Amino acid sequence: MSILEVTGLTVTRPDGVRLVDEVTFDVDRAEVVGIVGESGSGKTMTGMALLGLVPEPLAVGGSIRLNGRELVTQSQRQWQQTRGREIAMVLQDPSSALHPMLKLGEQLTDHLRSHLGMRPKAARARALELLEQVHLPDGEDILRRFPHQLSGGMKQRVAIAIALACEPSVLVADEVTTALDANIRVGILRLLDELRRTTGMGIMFITHDLAMLSSFADRVSVFRRGEIVEQAAANELFADPQHPYTHELLDAVPSIPWKMVDLEPVGSPGEGTLDDD
Amino acid sequence: MSAPSVDSVGVSADTPTGPPAGNGGSGYARFVLRRLVASVITLFGITIVSFGISVLVPVRAETVNLSQQALANPEVVAAFRAKFGLDLPIWEQYLRYLGGLLHGDLGLSQQTGNPVSTDLANYAPATLELVVYATLMSLVAGVVFGIIAAAMRNRWPDHLARIVSLVGVSLPTYWLALVGSTLFFRQLGWLPGSGRLDATMMPPPRVTGFYTVDSLLAGQFDVFQSAVAHLVLPASILAISTLGMILRFTRSSVLDGLGTDAVKAAKVKGLPTHRVLMRYGVRMASSPIITVAALSFGFLLAATVYVEQIFSWGGMGQYAYRASTNLDLSAITGISVVVAVIFLLVNFLADLLASAFDPRIRLQ
Repeated sequence: MSILEVTGLTVTRPDGVRLVDEVTFDVDRAEVVGIVGESGSGKTMTGMALLGLVPEPLAVGGSIRLNGRELVTQSQRQWQQTRGREIAMVLQDPSSALHPMLKLGEQLTDHLRSHLGMRPKAARARALELLEQVHLPDGEDILRRFPHQLSGGMKQRVAIAIALACEPSVLVADEVTTALDANIRVGILRLLDELRRTTGMGIMFITHDLAMLSSFADRVSVFRRGEIVEQAAANELFADPQHPYTHELLDAVPSIPWKMVDLEPVGSPGEGTLDDD
Repeated sequence: MSAPSVDSVGVSADTPTGPPAGNGGSGYARFVLRRLVASVITLFGITIVSFGISVLVPVRAETVNLSQQALANPEVVAAFRAKFGLDLPIWEQYLRYLGGLLHGDLGLSQQTGNPVSTDLANYAPATLELVVYATLMSLVAGVVFGIIAAAMRNRWPDHLARIVSLVGVSLPTYWLALVGSTLFFRQLGWLPGSGRLDATMMPPPRVTGFYTVDSLLAGQFDVFQSAVAHLVLPASILAISTLGMILRFTRSSVLDGLGTDAVKAAKVKGLPTHRVLMRYGVRMASSPIITVAALSFGFLLAATVYVEQIFSWGGMGQYAYRASTNLDLSAITGISVVVAVIFLLVNFLADLLASAFDPRIRLQ
């Protein structure tokens, strides 16, 4: 059974224009569902709708069922309980998503305390566990540090650790590798791949880079102008794309200059297979 | 590139390395030192400006200070000019002035006949007490309403705050002081309208020069009450004159803060609304708010001149008013230097405070 079932989801502007139009998809346990599309295709708005964070004048319709429970109709107060606890999100740029003036220890524990009522000591112990889970060594040290003292890749790992804290059923990863250096991306993808296996959490992976999904996603939904134009298992989609727009997207993947390939035999981050270790 | 580069790529992708080295302590010391050096350089510039005032103002010192008869005698004039070093080249006069400053010598005031430094030591605490309370009042009110306005953007509290700040920014301080004094002192008689204490009261024994503090230290509660009553009107008027600036600044900085990804991330975590606002949003605005507080303190040091004059406050502002209307040059330059030093000090403290809130300043 799917843990997340989105049926006929719409996000409508006051003037009636639909930014997300009758979108239907689901995410199973430990499954990676890729959401791909150009900017403005409604993929990020879909992610925000899943978190109940669609900004004011926009209206959300349709159905979002998480573990069998309807989310669209729930109150703001209930949303607050859902966010970060049952469904978590990692934002694109860890440099801006982590608060620059708060110690990472605080940012890793404050929702543990407000959601789960943990005491400071227990929350800290849990934070150390989480840092270990995202393969950051020397957790004690990281808890005492501020974001600007960490590298981009480390920051994104911390952001993932924050999202994992309350053991959500679904993780929405919105362009989480876009702001990172190419050689860091593979590491983050590997981490997410490992986490879904170990925790059973479903991942909704939003990206504009279709190639990145080829070895990572189980299923892919292609968004265009707020609608899903093609939905298929990843291997089928890449082997035999049906919709002309999917063709376009595949063609849009830049071919890698032969010089670079020659210099870096480890393979480009987007194409490196993830389960080779 | 061959094997090593491949390895290094592999390492950065798989196992994150330790945090970049960076010890907080020495960086902070460097930051403080840098701010100090900058302050000293600024101070140096201020002495040039204040000395420049005394040189550029078209007043001949002997005309002001000597009698008609003495002026007729070139020998007396020459002796006078020699005594005060007026016959020396400008740069030497400046060095003398600087040397005097270093010893706390600001010259003699012609109105009072006292050394300017003595006068200022008497008058400065009165002004500082007034300005400190006014800053605190406008800061508390401005920050609180600014946060509320930002949190309730485009709803009625925000509109109200906009009107209040517009009024505060638009009304000139001297007008507010006149109207305030007329209304609450002369018409309604609710508040005292001149001086720092009731005429029948003796000032408390001087410790800090702040009557509100010294009276409490001496256990004189009636004096304390009187001091507070006398502060209310002039301090409120000064506070209103910077309230608008602080309010608008706070509102826009908090709105900026609320628009950041860090606040979005805090919402995504499901933190309670008040925590998202205060801990994540307002925190982001802390350093602009500290900056505007320091700025408004400087603004009030100037605005207090009108207010003290109207309320016979007997502080530095009133002294400055009299000095400038009587062309008391050593008093004017002395006040400029002292006010500048106070303002520099406040800015320095503001920098330290801002760095306490923002580790990016502290730990770089």
